[in-house]
Amino acid sequence: MPTNGAPTRITQGSHTRGGIGESTLRPDGTLKVTGEFAYASDMWHEDMLWGQILRSTVAHAEIVSIDTSEALATPGVYAVLTYDDLPTEVRHYGLEIQDTPVLAHGRVRHHGEPVAVVAADHPETARRAAARIRVEYRDLPVITDEASATAPAAVLLHENRTDPHAAHVRHPNIVHRQPIIRGDVERARRRADVIVEGEYVFGMQDQAFLGPESGLAVPAEDGGVDLYIATQWLHADLRQIAPVLGLPEDKIRMTLSGVGGAFGGREDLSMQIHACLLALRTGKPVKMVYNRFESFFGHVHRHPAKLYYEHGATHDGKLTHVKARIVLDGGAYASSSPAVVGNAASLGVGPYVIDDVDIEAVALYTNNPPCGAMRGFGAVQACFAYEAQMDKLAARLGMDPVEFRRLNAMSQGSLLPTGQVVDSPAPVAELLRRVKAMPLPPEQQWLVAGEEADVRQLPGGLSNTTHGEGVVRGIGYAVGIKNVGFSEGFDDYSTARVRLEAAGGEPVATVHTAMAEVGQGGVTVHAQIARTELGVAQVTILPADTRVGSAGSTSASRQTYVTGGAVRNACELVREQILERGRRRFGAHHPAWATAELLLEGGKVVTDGGEVLADLVDVLGDEAVEIEQEWRHRPTEPFDLRTGQGFGHVQYSFAAHRAVVEVDTELGLVKVIELACAQDVGKALNPLSVTGQIQGGTTQGLGVAVMEEIIVDPRTAKVRNPSFTDYLIPTILDTPTIPVDVLELADDHAPYGLRGVGEAPTLSSTPAVLAAIRNATGLELNRTPVRPEHLTGG
Amino acid sequence: MRVNFTVNGRPQQADDVWEGESLLYVLRERLGLPGSKNACEQGECGSCTVRLDGVPVCSCLVAAGQAEGREIVTVEGLAEHARQRAGGEDACGTSLDEARRWSPRGPGSQSDEGSTSPRATLAPLQQAFIDAGAVQCGFCTPGLLVAADEMLERNPNPTDADIREALSGNLCRCTGYEKIMDAVRLAAARQGEEA
Repeated sequence: MPTNGAPTRITQGSHTRGGIGESTLRPDGTLKVTGEFAYASDMWHEDMLWGQILRSTVAHAEIVSIDTSEALATPGVYAVLTYDDLPTEVRHYGLEIQDTPVLAHGRVRHHGEPVAVVAADHPETARRAAARIRVEYRDLPVITDEASATAPAAVLLHENRTDPHAAHVRHPNIVHRQPIIRGDVERARRRADVIVEGEYVFGMQDQAFLGPESGLAVPAEDGGVDLYIATQWLHADLRQIAPVLGLPEDKIRMTLSGVGGAFGGREDLSMQIHACLLALRTGKPVKMVYNRFESFFGHVHRHPAKLYYEHGATHDGKLTHVKARIVLDGGAYASSSPAVVGNAASLGVGPYVIDDVDIEAVALYTNNPPCGAMRGFGAVQACFAYEAQMDKLAARLGMDPVEFRRLNAMSQGSLLPTGQVVDSPAPVAELLRRVKAMPLPPEQQWLVAGEEADVRQLPGGLSNTTHGEGVVRGIGYAVGIKNVGFSEGFDDYSTARVRLEAAGGEPVATVHTAMAEVGQGGVTVHAQIARTELGVAQVTILPADTRVGSAGSTSASRQTYVTGGAVRNACELVREQILERGRRRFGAHHPAWATAELLLEGGKVVTDGGEVLADLVDVLGDEAVEIEQEWRHRPTEPFDLRTGQGFGHVQYSFAAHRAVVEVDTELGLVKVIELACAQDVGKALNPLSVTGQIQGGTTQGLGVAVMEEIIVDPRTAKVRNPSFTDYLIPTILDTPTIPVDVLELADDHAPYGLRGVGEAPTLSSTPAVLAAIRNATGLELNRTPVRPEHLTGG
Repeated sequence: MRVNFTVNGRPQQADDVWEGESLLYVLRERLGLPGSKNACEQGECGSCTVRLDGVPVCSCLVAAGQAEGREIVTVEGLAEHARQRAGGEDACGTSLDEARRWSPRGPGSQSDEGSTSPRATLAPLQQAFIDAGAVQCGFCTPGLLVAADEMLERNPNPTDADIREALSGNLCRCTGYEKIMDAVRLAAARQGEEA
């Protein structure tokens, strides 16, 4: 095998029954702890070259000239490509709107935009050659916010737009606008005894997955290319890559390599096309691996947002109305901004019953870094703001913040502001009750271990900045609502191929999907589903690739629901064929074949009364059963462009948090002591993985509460902190204990009643921490992340 | 230049090493040991942690030439390192305990996982990471394992604060660290039982 690191099939053994509901262990666990699991950056091929991108050093400029001669003359360099070398007329790509140039053409629109690519025999040679490319820029004015984007004379980021949103926005620098209008806010306002307003700022967050963007493109003899890649959705990549290369899709064979986390940051293409172009040009395999600096430029971020909210309530604590405006900065290219707008608008009031609502959400085109998908996807920014508003209202009404929320909490049967009925359990009040009922961590826990203060338990930690002086505790609560699956009428299907055969005297199931396993544990769950549905112990999970139909994206908390649903569906079809074959072969021997309800259990065909009719291996004989089938959840519809009404979402996911913080009020340092979460997951297919998802999502919410922010210079639109030295994510010392209370109230529309799990905990974590800091300090704190100067007034 | 050092108990030689190459690059790209990971390559994330003469270091910050003549342990050698520490046997020998556990298809033979993982026996800490659910995407796992293993060698009964301090140089983006804490506690407890 010439390619090292190509994924191998993973088989999980017969020692476990391991169906759904059990905490079976990851089938890739052993490979991951021994260092043998092959991530995209671990790929190696004999004779391979290294690709390197040259990126723009300015945010907005015309490209006057590009001189590649010196780079090309560098020994060890095999190719240098610019826009003029692109092989077809299709030179842009994009998830929804094809506005992103493969390589810049005449103009760059953000700091770090790809301008040229180099292939060389050593990564350092490629880097140095890229640095020898001379690009002459002529600066253009930078657009960095709503005022500069929508000024009458503003430079247009994209002229002559033809995308579906162009017609309904009031300025071409607005990507998309979604209003949600329900009831009569003006009339409802007159009923309000208390009205609170707020302006909130949400900083730009990075996914900061640890495995850098990487892949290996190997040119094939048929003129095509084999691409080993870390992505969230193989088929969406393929759809964008093929026209740029000018190849039919079946000549681009994509295989998922090991993916080191994603969190939305791998939905858009990064180096896929560049590596393929270089491989096809040089005729040699080309590996590309971003370093961390480049990774900060190489993927979209979470939209920073400005949010304006007005909430009203009566004296007895019932919400009267919400008026809101949410402005998301989409940066230079559209990415998934339109869908993020739809989420922010439709989920903009949170999990509360409010009859009168007037919301507008927009995303801007600016010269800031492009923003798109990140865990929580538009619902995160809104939750930060509406939960701050709920606390403000509770304070004005003199009510307990949890009781005030419970009084207004939605439940099954409630209407969303979109007019959509919440037609499955929505235990918002119960989640709040549960998270509040959890025991609190002890006061002054830094003294528990002994007489001396353990500084590791205090704000400032090992910096030894306090032994408890000036430290104040605060407690805060928040709850959120997230949609599961792709919304607004998207055909959100998945495909599974399931095969059952006798091998070595045992029945063995093989599951093949194109689902991107990015760490979430989908491979574990697929094996569990196959065991449950087919009653076999041995399940082999094949590597994800484009030889099977699309699985859709590993996004939107959807894979256990949708690809899990596809696997279950394919298993059911396999089971029907097995039983049909059994009836044909053995029906004459036993009447139960015709009369009883039949199940597959323990490698046998049994009646619902438990009588064994046949061994699966005998039914199978030498002939395998194989089914490939697409599966869809119930359809949704787009939101009305004027009113935002519509059956837009498939399913909802709810989580609530309680944060306990300790704040050194003199230095403005925060230590989160505990971040408790209660979440309804419908059905926990793998409880261990579910808890892991909740704790991981909670921690990303903690990060953007107190430390994580990409700082963009407002004068130049350049990124100032593209490194883990300057962009901080929570370490194990920053992260508290995260007790989790899992509720399982089945959603009858979903396979096994399950609910998508991954994103909801990222929503409420941030506002809970902010509420706790406000509780400790008495400060208003209208922006996240909170920095020390916000707490000390410095 | 040529660099000679010992990796996981075996003498290794790398030729044509450019002076600017890191130990991490030589391990990954020249010696076929990609277990040590390249998440930041600036010493902030710990995913490339290896032991250099016993001391945990970020191999991305060590110039390959600095490793000349020294002993390196990577995640690929962790199980063997743990075995030797536990039994003190020669690396080539078979311990009595191992011999008792021997089976025709290798350890874990009930599971066909063995067929994809010829290096069969895991270190207790590696098994604890799997059992506790401490692995999601797994990119931080090799570095965390090397760092945590070194801590447990020094401090077999760590407090939670000790664990957090020892692992504070290793970033994880998936787990929220709770299950990593569980895994290290579990490994320490199992180690205590055996001792």
